[in-house]
Amino acid sequence: MAERHGMVEKRGAGLWLTHVGMIIGVLIIFFPIWLAFVASTVTQADIIRPPMPIWPGDQLWTNYKNALLSGVNVPVATMLMNSLIMAVGIAVGKIIISLLSAFAIVYFKFPGRQFFFWAIFITLMLPVEVRIVPTFEVVAGFGMLNSYQGLILPLIASATATFLFRQFFLTIPDELAEAARVDGARPMRFFWDIVVPMSRTNVAALFVILFIYGWNQYLWPLLITTDPEMNTIVMGIKQMFPSGDDFAHWPTIMATSILAMIPPVIVVVSMQKLFVRGLVDSEK
Amino acid sequence: MEKRVTFKGWTLPILLIAPQVLISAIFFFYPAGQAVWQSLFIPDPFGLSMQYVGLGNFEYLLSDPFYRASFVTTAVFSTLVTLCSMILALFLAVLADRLIKGSGTYRTLLIWPYAVAPAVAGVLWLFMFNTRVGVVSWYLGQLGYDWNHVLNDAEAMGLVVVASSWGRISYNFLFFFAALQAVPKSVIEAAAIDGARFWRRFFTIVLPLLSPTTFFLLVVNIVYAFFETFGVIHTITSGGPQQATTILVYKVYSDGFVGQDLGSSAAQSVILLVVVGLLTVLQFKFIEKRVHY
Repeated sequence: MAERHGMVEKRGAGLWLTHVGMIIGVLIIFFPIWLAFVASTVTQADIIRPPMPIWPGDQLWTNYKNALLSGVNVPVATMLMNSLIMAVGIAVGKIIISLLSAFAIVYFKFPGRQFFFWAIFITLMLPVEVRIVPTFEVVAGFGMLNSYQGLILPLIASATATFLFRQFFLTIPDELAEAARVDGARPMRFFWDIVVPMSRTNVAALFVILFIYGWNQYLWPLLITTDPEMNTIVMGIKQMFPSGDDFAHWPTIMATSILAMIPPVIVVVSMQKLFVRGLVDSEK
Repeated sequence: MEKRVTFKGWTLPILLIAPQVLISAIFFFYPAGQAVWQSLFIPDPFGLSMQYVGLGNFEYLLSDPFYRASFVTTAVFSTLVTLCSMILALFLAVLADRLIKGSGTYRTLLIWPYAVAPAVAGVLWLFMFNTRVGVVSWYLGQLGYDWNHVLNDAEAMGLVVVASSWGRISYNFLFFFAALQAVPKSVIEAAAIDGARFWRRFFTIVLPLLSPTTFFLLVVNIVYAFFETFGVIHTITSGGPQQATTILVYKVYSDGFVGQDLGSSAAQSVILLVVVGLLTVLQFKFIEKRVHY
């Protein structure tokens, strides 16, 4: 009987079927990416006479070189650089201002503390999509259209990271702060020597999440980067489609799509543990 | 929760909190306030003056058949995206949870699409279903089905739903998988000894235990479908055909930037603010409940 009910320990045909199910699932999920990769290795002629091939061709080098160095409106290398600056800027900016403000909220009692706390709290879930027109006007008023500040600053105004750090700081044993105070250590010294080193894992996990968040932004760069030189790669792909009836140059577009997903995929896959942790932390 | 031990002084904390407060004030509170303010006015055609109309913009919006249609579109779209991505993710997570070996490899592979931006996902799916060169649409044509999401409302909706759900499966999978791994094995074994078969165990024991995760994902996915799918819609359909895939966020954009109807766009922003507010409250109710467990 024990054998028959060994369903909890899976084996035999059931196990085999489970693997088959998983593999089919993975294949279906990967199919769009595979097809994009294939399209980035063949010629335009291969694509506009459907059906396109299902295995990679020999144009990989040509297509990627062409995309990176000339692109359609602007070299993709430029867009990659812009995306990198934006994503790192958002991640680092958010982490710095959140570490500082969470430290202030947790370790000090000062007038207006509750007020500031709630003010930050309200920004928690409001996406930039909802307030695009007025935010655009503010950024335009500062003369920050087509600039990195314009791409970065409005997107670091969110409270998720502050809350994450606040939660974490609350778990740091009081004895540490007590000891620091008895030793006469200044608050900032305590911050640098104890709080920041202890937050390392949280910072790293958050960096992974925020990097992807910044890299994958679409609407905001679409609005404020009218100069192709400032386009980010994710929003720049759509700009590569011709208006009217012309054929889009698919090999270049698909090479760009692959290039656009490589950095975040590397970050997610290589820092998988941190990523999962950051995901779970920042959503709770 | 409060710290027992705190430092003295208040200039330092004010300085520390200043960057975040300033950025929130300039890029969040001021624009949000502007949205509320602008929603009460109609600018004249030359943009020289604003005429106060009270709640006129809202009344107009709520009686506007296009706006109402956009509400319905958003409801259909977000329900479909949420259901598709959650059901598929749960199914894959259940499979992965059954495996003792190899689930790590599958997890690594399944995480991929999370890293793909919605707009890029849109381009990938557009490529497969492109009416002239798409592989899938070509094979559908061979089977006698004439795919054309550029003209057909339902096909356009189907395509944006699939493209939006696709990237979301990874996210839901991770949460479901973690929750499944946390289900006590003793409970499952007890049920197995009682003779409950796999799917029976799943529906009577495992699924109820997953309900906190399910509820959490439900809210998060609705928020995603409402706000973060702009890139998918913009790349695949641009809201068309006609307005068949114009969700609320897309309409704020198209009325505000393309149509330059600032009063209406601001009023729409305010309505979305309320929607976000409600969803946030819902989410926090849930988090509170979890804390009290």
